[in-house]
Amino acid sequence: MVKVFEKPKALTDKPFHYCPGCTHGIIHRLVAEAIDELDIQQKTIGVAPVGCAVFAYDYFNCDMMEAAHGRAPAVATGIKRVHPDKVVFTYQGDGDLASIGAAEIVHAATRGEKITTIFVNNAIYGMTGGQMAPTTLVGQVTATSPYGRQPEIAGYPIRISEMLSTIEGAAYIARVSVHDIKHLMQAKKAIKKAFEIQIKGKGFSIVEVLSTCPTNWGLTPIEALNWLKENMIPYYPLGVKKDIDGGGE
Amino acid sequence: MPKVTFKEDLCKGCELCTTVCPRGIVTIAKDRINKKGYNPAIVTDMDKCTGCAFCARICPDVVIEVEK
Amino acid sequence: MAEKVLMKGNEAIGEAAIQAGCKYFFGYPITPQNEIPAYMAKKLPKVGGCFVQAESEIAAINMVYGAAGAGARVMTSSSSPGISLKQEGISYIAGAELPCLVVNIVRGGPGLGGIQPAQSDYFQATRGGGHGDYRMVVLAPSTVQEAVDLVMDGFDIADMYRNPVLLLGDGMLGQMMEPVEFKERKPRQLPEKTWAATGWKGDRPRSVINSLFIDPAELERHNIKLQAKYDTIEKEEVRYEAYNTEGAQVIIASYGTTSRIVKNVIDDAAREGIKIGLIRPITLWPFPKEIFAKVVGQQTVKAVLAVEMSLGQMVDDVRLAVNGQKPVYFYGRTGGMVPRPDDILRQVKMILGGEA
Repeated sequence: MVKVFEKPKALTDKPFHYCPGCTHGIIHRLVAEAIDELDIQQKTIGVAPVGCAVFAYDYFNCDMMEAAHGRAPAVATGIKRVHPDKVVFTYQGDGDLASIGAAEIVHAATRGEKITTIFVNNAIYGMTGGQMAPTTLVGQVTATSPYGRQPEIAGYPIRISEMLSTIEGAAYIARVSVHDIKHLMQAKKAIKKAFEIQIKGKGFSIVEVLSTCPTNWGLTPIEALNWLKENMIPYYPLGVKKDIDGGGE
Repeated sequence: MPKVTFKEDLCKGCELCTTVCPRGIVTIAKDRINKKGYNPAIVTDMDKCTGCAFCARICPDVVIEVEK
Repeated sequence: MAEKVLMKGNEAIGEAAIQAGCKYFFGYPITPQNEIPAYMAKKLPKVGGCFVQAESEIAAINMVYGAAGAGARVMTSSSSPGISLKQEGISYIAGAELPCLVVNIVRGGPGLGGIQPAQSDYFQATRGGGHGDYRMVVLAPSTVQEAVDLVMDGFDIADMYRNPVLLLGDGMLGQMMEPVEFKERKPRQLPEKTWAATGWKGDRPRSVINSLFIDPAELERHNIKLQAKYDTIEKEEVRYEAYNTEGAQVIIASYGTTSRIVKNVIDDAAREGIKIGLIRPITLWPFPKEIFAKVVGQQTVKAVLAVEMSLGQMVDDVRLAVNGQKPVYFYGRTGGMVPRPDDILRQVKMILGGEA
């Protein structure tokens, strides 16, 4: 008998602190599997955000840096310019990337920084207790949109992948989901592709991964996966938004 | 014959694995709790396991190892 | 290039950094420091280095964080408002114990302020404009030559102590041209950057560049460790110039370009039989406390006068250092206005005449 599935080498032995059923854990593993399969663990340097994944430097088994909130793409830029031969990725939530870090992600893409961003979109701020994020859906109740997000006072959810796909420096942009086996396998392919784009030096790559937040959505882990499918996917359509290798919408 | 091993003390009882097993042999052990205080996921009928690793793939806490 | 060349302050600062082995510069346009990024954009690519103009000063300082964490000699420069934007990043750099040089070519403030020279960022520089118990070594050159020397020393100090270093200039220093030499320097014995994130091959512990310590006991231990470093810096790195202080009647405390105006005042006063001495802090932090206590203790010294291009910031440190031995007065111009020698001399006379 041979092991067909086990913890990837690119994950440390530290158990995740995430809430039960939070799909951050799946996404971490998919990133680590991509790193293992591309055999780049020894040349990968990751940048952790501020948010639920703030402890990612304890989980990814490679050199890591902790960035200030929203600034991971800038930190990654500094690393990549010093070590152009290394593989540099940022792992960021939607509060980190789409709110305080919006300028950083736009300009990392504009500069065509040869880094890869894993953008976890769960439509809420998790670590701080469920506040509205730029990606919070219209009508979605959060700690800071207690009557449901109302566009006339809190605007509309932002579609980061489509926005970034207008930027020349971006070489690969895909939005994926992990709400079921089929989709999380596609998510893994996209993550691996994003790293390959970086390794081939083709420019900036980002994978937006729709993810759940059972605790702050007030749902069970299983209900959360369904909520994602029923509510997030219609507003955040999955698919390749840009692919310098051809393909994409 | 394929085999899955659940590192029971890592499990948070989130039940995601119970929703994807094509053989329906993954369930939650209601008779005990693990070190974290959760009812852990278990496999009831190991010989029906095909080693597809769906349970392992959807697990957010890398609890499950699969051998074939 | 060991021979003398005539250079604008800002460009000399850029050249000094390059000669000190700085290969990475991340900056953003803001007057009156623009020549620094422009110079680095032109020169760094020629020495295998890399210049990036960031989307903001916030992004720039975080790029510095990344490059420093990756083990490189790296710098950024800006002017007052831009330095305010960088404060969070600087706190992270201090917390993660990363070496880098930050240059502030100070301009009038607060707010958008102006673009003329000032020294009104002293508190921000020495008390820390960011959050938490941290310190930056703050170096204050008074000439373009000294700026060159302090840039080179600054990188060594940063690497020696794994700490951010701030070069505090002003618009005058940045914009004026003076002859400079880029002398050969005896390099310091610097620790190896085994802690840097360079890709983990298993031959060393995994590098985690980080300032988060969620356990309060651990964070306190980390702070105590940083404090021990700052105590060492206070013992080892204090620099100042004591000029004409022997038997002086009044000691003027002044730094940077303002101190050069004070030297003119000292000559003018001497012609009128008034003996003025100058204490010129070169490290604003660590502040040269001992020299004040010693010099001001002289029986001849009637009072101390702090002269700054601000409405009084370093004067607080002077008062702390003088510790009540003698009265401490203040005279300053701000907003970009530069103190005039005769105005300073009038202050001294009022002090000696007892009307100040």
